[in-house]
Amino acid sequence: MPLDVKPGLEARKFKLVGTRPLRPDGIDKVTGRARFGADMSAPGMLVGRILRSPHAHARIRSIDVSKAAALPGVKAIVTRDDFGDCPDDLVDIRDNVMAREKALYEGHAVAAVAAVSASVARQALKLIEVDYEVLPHVTDVEKAALPDAPLLHDDMVTQGLEETPAKPSNIASRCQFGHGDVDKGFAQADLVVERKFRTEATHQGYIEPHACLATMASDGQADLWVCTQGHYYVREACAGLLGMDLSMLRVTASEIGGGFGGKTTVFLEPVALALSRKSNRPVKLVMSRDEVFKASGPTSSSSIWVKIGVTRDGRITAAEALIKFQGGAYAGSPITLGAMSAFACYALENVKSVGYDVVVNRPKQASYRAPGAPMVAFAVESVIDEIAGQLGMDPVDLRLVNAVNDGDKSSYGPKLPKVGLRQTLEAAKAHPHYTAPLGPNQGRGIACGFWFNFGGQTCVSLNLNVDGTVALAVGTPDIGGSRASMSLIAAEELGIPYEKVRCIVADTSSLGHNDITEGSRVTFSSGLATIEAARSCIQVLCARAARIWDIPPEAVVWEDGHARPAGPNAGEFEPMSLAEIARLAPKTGGPIAGHAEINAGGAGVSFATHLVDSEVDPETGRVSIVRYTVIQDAGKAIHPAYVEGQYQGGAVQGIGWALNEEYIYGEDGRLQNAGFLDYRIPVASDLPMIDTVIVEVPNPRHPYGVRGVGETSIVPPLAAIANSVSAAAGVRLAELPMSPPRVLAAIDGMKAAAE
Amino acid sequence: MVEVQIWGSLQQAADGRATVEIADVATVKALFSALAEAHPGLAPHLEKGVSVSIDGQIFNDAWFEPIPDGSEVCILPRITGG
Repeated sequence: MPLDVKPGLEARKFKLVGTRPLRPDGIDKVTGRARFGADMSAPGMLVGRILRSPHAHARIRSIDVSKAAALPGVKAIVTRDDFGDCPDDLVDIRDNVMAREKALYEGHAVAAVAAVSASVARQALKLIEVDYEVLPHVTDVEKAALPDAPLLHDDMVTQGLEETPAKPSNIASRCQFGHGDVDKGFAQADLVVERKFRTEATHQGYIEPHACLATMASDGQADLWVCTQGHYYVREACAGLLGMDLSMLRVTASEIGGGFGGKTTVFLEPVALALSRKSNRPVKLVMSRDEVFKASGPTSSSSIWVKIGVTRDGRITAAEALIKFQGGAYAGSPITLGAMSAFACYALENVKSVGYDVVVNRPKQASYRAPGAPMVAFAVESVIDEIAGQLGMDPVDLRLVNAVNDGDKSSYGPKLPKVGLRQTLEAAKAHPHYTAPLGPNQGRGIACGFWFNFGGQTCVSLNLNVDGTVALAVGTPDIGGSRASMSLIAAEELGIPYEKVRCIVADTSSLGHNDITEGSRVTFSSGLATIEAARSCIQVLCARAARIWDIPPEAVVWEDGHARPAGPNAGEFEPMSLAEIARLAPKTGGPIAGHAEINAGGAGVSFATHLVDSEVDPETGRVSIVRYTVIQDAGKAIHPAYVEGQYQGGAVQGIGWALNEEYIYGEDGRLQNAGFLDYRIPVASDLPMIDTVIVEVPNPRHPYGVRGVGETSIVPPLAAIANSVSAAAGVRLAELPMSPPRVLAAIDGMKAAAE
Repeated sequence: MVEVQIWGSLQQAADGRATVEIADVATVKALFSALAEAHPGLAPHLEKGVSVSIDGQIFNDAWFEPIPDGSEVCILPRITGG
């Protein structure tokens, strides 16, 4: 659907879109009434618990559940034997949900119990006897890629090479993007900077652990209540793993206490259903925080080499990156997205990025906001910053010289549609933050970021009630205020107050398929579907008014929430409001509704520029973030407060990723910090108020100009903070997190080199 | 005539070619059929799922999306998100 443009107007004038009403789920959430994954109960419900591997890598010789099964109160036990053949695309999911021949990481599920109480379930887990043959392990991405590394999968042969290797390895695949001739480009450069970077795995850090309640009746009909970003995907995965028809499983998405990409797959859900099927009772499974860290997906750790050449006036002549991501124990790290996005901010004649997807003995990674892009942006934007320093150029000016414009060929292939990077850079330069004085031991950093955004399959049903209110059903779980945004859009289209629309997230049996809430797609895709549904409803409303007035339907227009006669032969009638037409609906043909089922394409890419001031304590190496400004292109902000919330949230998660968060493994391959005391996410007292600037460069493929906003905001922070800390400390920090010991070591190293 | 760009590591499946010229394709579905016929190595990748960029706009699973003559078309790894 193209941008709505009326003759003589640059952009559509909105009445409600762009305002900041309260979110419909707000009261429930602040009063504790909202029902999250663990809040649902059912009569006769059992408690599930999962037995997990204590070893990073071990062959499972046998599993003896006989003693556990004999324990009074135990109603069902499932192991690998309860998960049989499944579609090819679910094999890794199945094996991750319940280990088969080998446990591939500490925390890998080995068996599960359903019992009448948590204490009985825990006792039962202790009675399950697993005979392990402990194997050598590897958790580091570089070491795992070596030829003599412990091998996780005997049949893993690297894909994407010109010649298929004769031997298996831990390198799942290679990918490459780019164009031009980088060697030629580097030969034209006056300055070439190259550097290696490393980032550690970080968890999405959602506050609500994974939780679900599964009920399967003896006739095979099943219900699943689950906290997830994609209940339709959960239905497909569970049905595929358990051999069910999709129609036999109804999945309802609970309120969600954070997802950030980490709730786009299944961990507990097929196990809960299998336990329910075996026990013929409802089964609730809830992860502990320890399990969340050890058995749900963090993002990849990475090793990245970047080389960029420039002329004296700052024009990039060539850019190259070699990127290695570990994605845990199975193939599927976000390496392609990382490699594609590496240089997407810049218009380049010669560019090449090569990526490797490596498996290690860690939990299978899951998506985390703009998967793959933040780590690569950290490396690229750090080198850009270093080049600006060496050229003596303003870092914004250097980026402006090279920033992509509309129609430029992107580093990942296609030419770019209408883009707003330059506008975010210009807004950064004009912002008071950019020229504010810095204090002692403080440094300022800047970085840009890019994300693709996407659309996808989406359904919306809009039902008009007889009192003139609207029930709006969407199929995309609300992780960022989307119910408010959808209500705004429906109210805007229909011409009624925001308060007259109530938006719900429908279950999988109530709407057709909806893709997962991911890829910053919901405001774009569900928004498009809501517009279509509302416009379809308006057609019915106009048709009803036409019949009431006994004039042709084309002689009726919809304006400001009213049907009005229009045209030379329409006649003179008082306009009818939506509420009046709704009240007469039972007599004029029955219920009035609109719906839309779409596969939304044309989601606009988005760019951001972040400004950060940090202060480094030279005695301890501790970093404080003293000022932070996010500037990002939203296309059109439907509900600016929630757009700002996405900007702020991305910055905050980036601050944690940059400064403190990391998965720390011991020599035994076990995670050393599986809890929020030792894995430190930022809390309010760690943070300044995050300032935001919403730039609006309309996406021409959306009637209002909307672009996704949820992910781009986490792409620049790692680099922006690293540039800021490097400026404050006087030494380049190239490894994350920039924890106090690491910063102090860098400062000490710099001092030692100077002596 | 449409010139289709193939991303780096998929080029080996396209017999080593970075670009492929395809005539008389009006939709993504027709494009996929023509590509698979010209370069059978691409067929499993197209079947597994890719994204298609048409003049800079990215689409997933959009068989009937029109491809205007002379468009810039790129086959990309499937774009997802978190």
